[in-house]
Amino acid sequence: MSAVQEQPASPPTPHPRGAVAVAVQQVSRVFGGRGGDVVALQDVDLTVAAGEFVSLIGPSGCGKSTLLRLVADLDEPTAGTVRVFGRSAREARLARDYGIAFQQAGLLPWRTVRANVELPLALAGTGRAGRRERADELLALVGLADVADRHPDQLSGGMQQRVAIARALAESPSLLLMDEPFGALDEMTREHLQAQLLRICAETRAAVVFVTHSIPEAVFLSDRVVVMSARPGRVRQVVPVTLDRSGATTPGSEPHDDAGDDLRNDAAFFTSVAAVRDALHGGGAAGRGVDVR
Amino acid sequence: MSRAARTDPRRAAGGAAGGLVRQVLPPVVLLVALVGTWHAVVVLGDVPPFVLPGPAAIARKLTTYLDPITSAALVTGRNAAVGLVVGAALGVLLAVVAAVVRLVDVLAEPVVAALAVVPVVALAPVLYAMYGAASEQARVIVAALAVFVPVYVTTLRGLRQVRPVHRDLMRALAATPVQAARTTTIPTAVPFVFTGLRMASSLAVISAIVAEYFGGPRSGIGSFITTAAAGSDYAQAWAYVLGGIVVGLVFYAVTATAEHLATRRAGA
Repeated sequence: MSAVQEQPASPPTPHPRGAVAVAVQQVSRVFGGRGGDVVALQDVDLTVAAGEFVSLIGPSGCGKSTLLRLVADLDEPTAGTVRVFGRSAREARLARDYGIAFQQAGLLPWRTVRANVELPLALAGTGRAGRRERADELLALVGLADVADRHPDQLSGGMQQRVAIARALAESPSLLLMDEPFGALDEMTREHLQAQLLRICAETRAAVVFVTHSIPEAVFLSDRVVVMSARPGRVRQVVPVTLDRSGATTPGSEPHDDAGDDLRNDAAFFTSVAAVRDALHGGGAAGRGVDVR
Repeated sequence: MSRAARTDPRRAAGGAAGGLVRQVLPPVVLLVALVGTWHAVVVLGDVPPFVLPGPAAIARKLTTYLDPITSAALVTGRNAAVGLVVGAALGVLLAVVAAVVRLVDVLAEPVVAALAVVPVVALAPVLYAMYGAASEQARVIVAALAVFVPVYVTTLRGLRQVRPVHRDLMRALAATPVQAARTTTIPTAVPFVFTGLRMASSLAVISAIVAEYFGGPRSGIGSFITTAAAGSDYAQAWAYVLGGIVVGLVFYAVTATAEHLATRRAGA
């Protein structure tokens, strides 16, 4: 996988990994339990193009995290197929095709920040020097070069989450899976990290599947917002977002919070937020568990 | 281990002297007060030595018999140490097997529960019969058995504490089982192993001493406590008890330090 990937990303398309990053077809997931079966997902179709940023949003229990776990092959569908870059989810996982970040940073507390970022490379058998170089590069990318030798318990929650994102990017994946990575953070840190994530995605040209329950977050980040409904989990509507993000994605090591603020005050931003909110609320009691700020 | 002291080295260094005094002074004052009261009660109350010998008498015996007490402490300490190492090794080994093979866990559970309930020292007379009255072997075995249970239980528990997010991470990173064990399972379990060791270290010393009460060669602290008490030399018996306390404290200090070092970075 590495030969194709490590070419410097050049702005014009086509994407080196083909047109489709994730193809989910007619996927269902049923959890068997003592109180009967629970249908977490039913007949879900989803296609994510290479380089595209797609958010999954919906009320608690709509299966958005389950869908992400199916793409990551952390769980298997009861029916249907999941393909990642043309191969099965399992093959893609074993080939380390994606990087992943969870709601909890999930750093290893006994390793330094740098060693945590190096972890995926160490498991893949990258040499010591190469690992270190890449880790330092990634820590600079997330603005944490100065804490590389600290341990995770010496970092704030937001900093830990940035380390986790750096770790997810370690092998330059063409697909980034993120399960509410900013869910546990305060609003200020959250917006700051959103702006950083936009910039990182513009630089790496990775496709992203992003689970969230914040409408503004989904709109701010995404090319498309997939609105799901609960019990059974289905895709209710896909809302395309057209924002001019060129200001917020200018490459550079400094975060562009000001550009992000401009974007958040844009009329198109409010229009899309309203559209997603309508999609969530259309059809009864869907609003539960959704952050509608 | 305080979080603040770890995260702020300057404060830890600056307050170290003051903190040490504050930590050490109160127990020392209490100990001095207790010994003083004891001495006063024995002297003023004219307590006969077979009821309670005074600290002065015990101190005299301690200095007189310092060499035999030291060599007895070394014998008991050696028995306890060998027992601790053997028992801990067996405990960790079997816990690892039980964590990997579910069947072993199921089979071992009632046996371990039985071992935990039986006072292992009670086996001493039987073991003396098996290994001969001149052998230290029985005492080592008793100590090892006493150590085995807590180490096995805590290690097995530790091996099952891997956080779900770490398990997901290992799977997402396509880690092999050996890689996953090395990067998450073992580091998560290590602090638990050391907690078990700390608990077991005191048990090892207690078991080694008490096993000596039941016979065997006249060599360790426990043997001499019984002989001194049988000869009505209670001050001497107490002097040997002090030797036993020193052995126990050394074991505790060593394992507690090891535990502290092992758990320093384990907090999630």
